[in-house]
Amino acid sequence: MKSVVARRHAVDIVSKVLMGVATVIGIFFLLWIIWTTLKFGISGMHWDLFTKDTPPPGTDGFGLRNAFVGSLMLLGLSLLIGVPIGLMAGTWLAEYGFHSRTANAVRFINDIMLSAPSIEIGLFAYAIVVAPMGHFSALAGSVALAVLMIPIIVRTTDEMLSLVGSDMREAAIALGAPNSVVITKITWKAARAGILTGILIGLARISGETAPLLFTALNNQFFSGNFLRPIANLPVVIFQFALSPYANWQQMAWAAAFITVLFVLVISLFARVVLGTQVTK
Amino acid sequence: MNGSDAAVRVDMRPMSGQPKSSSRFWHLPGDFLFHQAAVLAAFLAAAALFATVIAIAYDSRISIEAFGIWKFLKSSEWNPVTQTFGAFPFIIGTLVSSAIAMILAVPISFGVAVFISEIAPVWIKKPVAGAIELLAAIPSIVYGLWGLLVFAPVFGQMEPWVSHYLGAIPGIGLLFQGPPVGIGMLTAGIVLAIMILPYISSIMRDVFIAVPAPLRESSYAMGATTWEVAWQIILPYTRSAVIGGVFLGLGRALGETMAVTFVIGNSNVLSASLLMPSATIPSVLANEFTEATTPLYLSSLIYLGLILIAVTLVVRFLAVLLIRRLGRREGTAT
Repeated sequence: MKSVVARRHAVDIVSKVLMGVATVIGIFFLLWIIWTTLKFGISGMHWDLFTKDTPPPGTDGFGLRNAFVGSLMLLGLSLLIGVPIGLMAGTWLAEYGFHSRTANAVRFINDIMLSAPSIEIGLFAYAIVVAPMGHFSALAGSVALAVLMIPIIVRTTDEMLSLVGSDMREAAIALGAPNSVVITKITWKAARAGILTGILIGLARISGETAPLLFTALNNQFFSGNFLRPIANLPVVIFQFALSPYANWQQMAWAAAFITVLFVLVISLFARVVLGTQVTK
Repeated sequence: MNGSDAAVRVDMRPMSGQPKSSSRFWHLPGDFLFHQAAVLAAFLAAAALFATVIAIAYDSRISIEAFGIWKFLKSSEWNPVTQTFGAFPFIIGTLVSSAIAMILAVPISFGVAVFISEIAPVWIKKPVAGAIELLAAIPSIVYGLWGLLVFAPVFGQMEPWVSHYLGAIPGIGLLFQGPPVGIGMLTAGIVLAIMILPYISSIMRDVFIAVPAPLRESSYAMGATTWEVAWQIILPYTRSAVIGGVFLGLGRALGETMAVTFVIGNSNVLSASLLMPSATIPSVLANEFTEATTPLYLSSLIYLGLILIAVTLVVRFLAVLLIRRLGRREGTAT
């Protein structure tokens, strides 16, 4: 009897220690990755990064201006494509579809899209934009990023709108407001912090995406503002520069990675702050 | 908000319907158009899944015609010079690297999830959970960069030790022989494991925390230890969602591109050793896509993508289905 108690106790202690160790392993790798990105990223910082374009292979100098502008253009256009579709689709689920069979099917498909490998979405954008156009373009990159972003916005919009209490909605309907007015003037407003959080999380998710851009926006050594042509962008620059033999290129890859991580973390943090302001009923 | 960019969460909304008004175009044009716009957006969001499969299948038609299905799947010759292409080495590479990642990540994720939900004191729960989720926020390209330039050199120094001790074991020793270069299948598996850890553990943690308190309390009242509660009460109760979370992590691992491409070594030749360079479907796509000069070459690469999408679709479908099953049971129980 005593030995059974002792054995159960021992198993309990050992398992608790092992689970603590598992957590320490996870946090150890997080700190290691963050620390190296900080170390190499900060030492790679240079004023020229922001004022000059990427130098040709084998030449000295620093510059990422074209990649910064390109990345911002890609993200901006994907927001323009992704936010309206995601917002309206999420609105349909929460305000028109409810728990109908169709709405649940759309939710199910959306959940599957939520975990789609980004490389597949890249191939999709290649097939529907690059192949018909005949060349790589920033537009194709934005389409790919938007497709990656939409499921996130759909899901959060749907969730946040269904958190809005029905008393506000009923009050508006009782005053004679049609559905569209109730949604745009009442429920969207009540859930705006949550919806904005979803958009920010989507933005954070796509800002470091590389694989889909390899098949779509590709890269451009020069400054470009044309959405119909290949465009420089931070993720692909990191990919190409990291694998290069040039010291200054590798240093720029770290600087670009540092800035990307910083951007993603600031947006994620901002999303949390915004969500904190949400008044839940 | 936790794991929000990845986690398929349990849906526990009430079933109550909300007031609905039917609008027709001539009655309220604005209202009608708003409704139609919402319907269109929802259709687009759902159609994207099917459009992806159809578009990729269409673009691989040249290769499908040239090599068929079985021949492409089992041929291990990938030679752009002679224009013969086979998927076998990449399929094996994808499966093996993901298998290594799962073997490492699943137990660790379970440990992290139980630690956060059952063991950790309250003041430490939030920071630890936040730190693990931060791991999911780091872009995969940064994992690749870190894996290639920081982790691989360190791991390369440990590899002689690995091949000396594990390589001496008869049978599985064959898996651990090779030059200690630091990059290869095993390195890719380890980096993948770190990447998918936050996805699996945040789903496990969410469902563990959602286990009804009476279940947990009554087991403790019967004198069960923390481990017994976790292993014999919480895990069986949440089994379907836990397996779903594991499948979700598997889907990530199979399709992960950048982190793998940097550290796997990109060799199109199969090797028995895990220390040797290899390639996966996503890595060969990332490496060779812009170099594909002939339509057949390009189409064969997209054909590889079609195989990947077929496999990950099944995995993701099961993941979502299993995670949702728990929510449905809870919905009827309460």
